[in-house]
Amino acid sequence: MHALSVNNLAVTYDKQPVLENVSFAVPEGSLTGIIGPNGAGKSTLIKSILHLLPTLSGNVTVFDEPYKQQKKLIGYVPQRSEVDWDFPTDALDVVLMGRYSHIGWFKRANRKEIEWAKTCLDKVGMADYANRQISQLSGGQQQRVFLARALAQDAKVYFMDEPFSGVDAATEKAIIKLMKEWKQEGKTVLVVHHDLQTVEDYFDHVLLLNKTPIEYGETQKVFTLDNLERAYGGKIAFLQRGTAVTQEVK
Amino acid sequence: MTYALWIIITGCLVGVTCGVTGSLLVLRKMSMIADAISHTVLLGIVGAFFVSQSLNGIPMLIGAGIVGILTAFFVESLHASGVQSDAAIGVVFTSLFALGVVLISFIGDQVHLDTKHALMGEIAFVPWDTLQVNGVSYGPIAVWMLGSVLILNILLIWLFYKEIKISTFDPQYAKIIGVPIVFVHYLLMTMVSLSTVASFDSVGAILVVAMLIVPGATAYLLTDRFFTLLLISALIGILSAISGYGIAYVWNVSIAGAMASAAGVFFLLAIFLSPKHGYIIRKVRNSRYS
Amino acid sequence: MSAFLDIFSGANVQWVLIGSLLLGFASGVIGSFVLLKKQSLISDAMAHAALPGVCIMYIIFEIKSVPLFLVGATITSLIATHSIQAIIKHSRVKSDAAIGIIISVFFGFGIVLLTYIQQNSSGNQAGLDSFIFGQAASLVRSDVELITIGAFILVIITALFFKEFKLTTFDPQFAQGIGLPVSFLNGLLLALVVGVVVIGIQMVGVVLIAALLITPPLAARYWTENLGVMAILGGIFGALSGASGAILSTVMENLPTGPMMVLSASTIFFLSLLFGSKKGIALKAVRQV
Repeated sequence: MHALSVNNLAVTYDKQPVLENVSFAVPEGSLTGIIGPNGAGKSTLIKSILHLLPTLSGNVTVFDEPYKQQKKLIGYVPQRSEVDWDFPTDALDVVLMGRYSHIGWFKRANRKEIEWAKTCLDKVGMADYANRQISQLSGGQQQRVFLARALAQDAKVYFMDEPFSGVDAATEKAIIKLMKEWKQEGKTVLVVHHDLQTVEDYFDHVLLLNKTPIEYGETQKVFTLDNLERAYGGKIAFLQRGTAVTQEVK
Repeated sequence: MTYALWIIITGCLVGVTCGVTGSLLVLRKMSMIADAISHTVLLGIVGAFFVSQSLNGIPMLIGAGIVGILTAFFVESLHASGVQSDAAIGVVFTSLFALGVVLISFIGDQVHLDTKHALMGEIAFVPWDTLQVNGVSYGPIAVWMLGSVLILNILLIWLFYKEIKISTFDPQYAKIIGVPIVFVHYLLMTMVSLSTVASFDSVGAILVVAMLIVPGATAYLLTDRFFTLLLISALIGILSAISGYGIAYVWNVSIAGAMASAAGVFFLLAIFLSPKHGYIIRKVRNSRYS
Repeated sequence: MSAFLDIFSGANVQWVLIGSLLLGFASGVIGSFVLLKKQSLISDAMAHAALPGVCIMYIIFEIKSVPLFLVGATITSLIATHSIQAIIKHSRVKSDAAIGIIISVFFGFGIVLLTYIQQNSSGNQAGLDSFIFGQAASLVRSDVELITIGAFILVIITALFFKEFKLTTFDPQFAQGIGLPVSFLNGLLLALVVGVVVIGIQMVGVVLIAALLITPPLAARYWTENLGVMAILGGIFGALSGASGAILSTVMENLPTGPMMVLSASTIFFLSLLFGSKKGIALKAVRQV
């Protein structure tokens, strides 16, 4: 059984194809990095999987059931820039949003839920910031609040959109720790990722994408120079500064 | 004395009802939708008059509710078809409002509904238009209508507090975790339409915009807490109503216009003096860091 | 029918017709640039903000003089746009709320001044009321001449700077790069918008004049992708709306002029939305079949 399978997905924007022929199946308990050049449609892919963008064709199943019936199993960490951090609320409150589907209509979060949310904040090293206004948090701290919110969801399949971009070392560590924990618990994680240098350290599976999947599979099989050149169109040397991969290209 | 009191009570109810509902739209960056709806409900009111042949409260509320939701729907459809959002709002509200104004001129003198009324309201007449049951007067109809809409709004906010908050802060995430964001959206549109039509008699279709947007935006400068923001919006609404009435009384000018102006003054004060996000405190902070 | 024709033989009506044609044309052309700069709602704020300016001038000078009103309206409209920009730049309040605040507060203040004038001015009511929705019937010969000449000047200025407006609207950075005075041109466009608002205020009124800037160019977009053609077409649609609105409100006496012009423009927009040759709904439907 696959945790996630995407079949024949296609997305267009202004009649221009952004994604076409996207099919792949992610095994349960894997950590997948989605990589590809700028404009390859990485964020578009996870947003269309999550039904945030209209698709031209294709379907998505989660544990062999249609996506819509499995919504409760999905966790999401959006890019930090997608929300307005001037919104009047505090960190704990944002994390509690992750408990929404567990609380139910017309009810308020009870003490148990609040304790749960606090534990999640603690796990990302943000216990001291529970009552801090979100506008007063640093970029990395805001990212960790989003992580804690996803953690609070207690989902089975997690999607993260460039969680490492522009964060401090403490946040990077917290993300890695969390991903490892999720993997140990048998959860499935998909991450849009930019930094080729760290792919082999972080992920056991890789999806190489450039408008259509170039290759999907275990990292050591897929993350090869050959495949990278196919995805990045031979321009790989300009993409990353001084990484192992680029040196090989030279 | 009771005359002035009824006017002040009506004004305060307008301030609270619009202030609280409008603050949610300010947070959702939909202030101009509030502006659009407050114009177009005029068409709903005129339409309700043509159907029911009276200026009764209930048909007016229904008509305004329908047109308010249609306004939001038209704006979204145009936007979805590729029209930039500001132009979509501009086209929809001017068209429907113009239609409402033209239709009013067909009503003629039969009833007390004219374009001036539509713009400025007649809060000064509110105390005389009372609810009569078996010959006993139970206070102005406007107060009853505003009171009911206020209670309904508070009830809806209380019931859907979580949903409103999550879908306002992060609509995409809200959709993923199963918050019914479309329902919440149209719920708010309905609340705005009802608040507008209930306030219409008193402050007119255009000045109600001031009461919808300005208190919420002022509160947004004063607090970082969601619930406190709702409370402060209500408070600013009340303060605007009372001081607006005072100004109007002293200089013998439009009460509704004075309320809008007073709200503007509170906003101006907040933008400079807010201890959290005011211009002055920002300057001081910046100079300290540099 | 002869009564209908009689109306148009009156000299005043002919002037009104020419004035509304030119006003509509000017607003359609200028509105095209406003639309593409995404400033449609800002132009609405400028229109509403003209009301207190006009009233202040009347309170100070106690005469109804259109040139004076022009000055007052220009001052308050410019204060309004600068306030919107200042609020967005210096506070956490977002642009939609900033525009809404300025529209409603300036207009509310205008209403306060209007009622003040009505209470305190002796006899001379000035007919400032008609500034809210516009009333072509209330115009006298000199008003209409002013509208006509004013609209003509606006069209000339726009024509003179057409190329420059096109460049700065399409690609401001490139325009800056080749040495165009971009901020001057932006300021000029704002001034033209104020011009439309002020000369249109008596005929269309402050509440709906923005529709003449927004709707005709938007309708034009359904027929062309070319900015030059769009501006001309917007102008023609604007002229059609202006003239038919003026005619309808003259023929059927009770109808207010401004709303009739806006409804004419809305009708043109609706037809374009359905049948436009570029993005019209009918065309899309045909293509899908």
